[in-house]
Amino acid sequence: MITIIEVRNLIKRFGHKQVLRKLNFSVQQGEFVALLGSNGAGKTTLLRTLSSLSKPNYGEIQIAGYYLPGQSAQVRKKLGVVSHLPLLYGDLNAEENLKFYGRLYGLSDFQNHIEEILQLVGLLKRKKDLVRTFSRGMQQRLAIGRAIIHDPEVLLLDEPHTGLDQDAANMLDTLLQEIASRGRTVVMTSHDFPRVANLATRFDVLYKGIIHSSKFAKDLPQHGLLAYYQSIVDEIDAGGENQDAA
Amino acid sequence: MQPKTSFFKAMFAVVWKDLIAELRGKELISAMLVFALLVIFIFNFALELDPKTRSALTAGILWVTIIFAGNLGLNRSMAVEKDRGCLDGLLLAPVDRTAIYFGKSIANWIFMLIVAMIVLPIYSILYNTNIISPALLLVILLGSEGYVAIGTLLASMAVQARTRDILLPILLFPVILPVLIAAVKASAGILSGFPFSDLQTWFNLLIVYDIIFTSVAFMVFDSVVEE
Ligand SMILES: Nc1ncnc2c1ncn2[C@@H]1O[C@H](COP(=O)(O)OP(=O)(O)O)[C@@H](O)[C@H]1O
Ligand SMILES: [Mg+2]
Repeated sequence: MITIIEVRNLIKRFGHKQVLRKLNFSVQQGEFVALLGSNGAGKTTLLRTLSSLSKPNYGEIQIAGYYLPGQSAQVRKKLGVVSHLPLLYGDLNAEENLKFYGRLYGLSDFQNHIEEILQLVGLLKRKKDLVRTFSRGMQQRLAIGRAIIHDPEVLLLDEPHTGLDQDAANMLDTLLQEIASRGRTVVMTSHDFPRVANLATRFDVLYKGIIHSSKFAKDLPQHGLLAYYQSIVDEIDAGGENQDAA
Repeated sequence: MQPKTSFFKAMFAVVWKDLIAELRGKELISAMLVFALLVIFIFNFALELDPKTRSALTAGILWVTIIFAGNLGLNRSMAVEKDRGCLDGLLLAPVDRTAIYFGKSIANWIFMLIVAMIVLPIYSILYNTNIISPALLLVILLGSEGYVAIGTLLASMAVQARTRDILLPILLFPVILPVLIAAVKASAGILSGFPFSDLQTWFNLLIVYDIIFTSVAFMVFDSVVEE
């Protein structure tokens, strides 16, 4: 197995507030990791730090063989990022948005490739429509198209299900499964436990700035994800004083 | 791929994107233009100038117009990126981030020059004096370069704050003062028909500031945008 993400002793502060507190996190190539945690746990901060949008205060981060923050451009080349905002331009149509990102990623002769991506995310027929006329679900699918345009080895997704209706969320899941089946590594945060339970191969609980527990899907009893998560959180809360002192 | 080609590719991608988005909406240029024309009209009516005093003030009015309209443009150009999260999309590009900075600057520069190119003839027609000359165009080219160079950097700082609309001019105007003075002096000299040799100092000052501002932005942009 190849370790594709390795995070050691990561500390991230905003002002005096320590959001990530010596966090350790390791992902093997091809894993689909779900990051579970309550609001404010630090999930977004971790993903933003991994994607070099946020600078760590302390700690070591290695992604696909490159270090952050020193080799951030090389790291970014290996990453596809989907955040809760679509990162798309409303005044450009779907095709133009992908063309723009294709150029940002240094691709050339990408016309066919863009058509393939549009096909994959089910927006080929709408390629000439301005993105601001798209529904949230369509924007989210195009956002995924945007994130995989350079065929990244690692896909980071921050709550991609938020704001999607059932159909759109189902389409998203199918898309994610398709990407994972191509051997890509995925790290995703989500509050949608039933969906995550069907997608991920590993579940990590991020709570109060540390990853406390990690469990493989095969070791989890059926419908056991919520119970597992709750038991971890309860355990931490019970020992809460030690945690806060640390 | 060579890092250099990907740098320029990303830079021109940003310029291309800003230009076609602007061609669609025309929001930025029309906002800047309406504002610029209002400034010119207001000066005209508020000051009730006779032709002689007006010609003495032309350079000042022109640059006040350019500076304020430019401020509007800089704010909006960054707000578009920030409000829909697109700035993150730009910063995720696998290139040195100064490519993004230069792309945004060049686009802003083009918008400012377009506005200036529309304002100059209108001013000329309105006051029945031709103020357009190659030398004045050169001053506008140099003055607005310095302005967008530091303005794009400060706009990307200000856009993080809730009070960005007011923050940008507060940060930008004091810094831009030397460029403004040099540009006004050079423009006034040109409009009064002074020979180029008399204005050499002001041109030199403009060029020096353009280089300083561009280099500073080049060095600090990355640390400004990373949280
Ligand atoms: N840019 C920021 N500046 C200051 N505080 C922040 C910033 N981003 C996140 N935080 C704080 O960090 C904590 C973790 O936030 P976040 O990573 O968004 O949590 P999650 O995504 O797990 O809900 C929160 O308390 C939040 O207020
Ligand atoms: Mg979050």
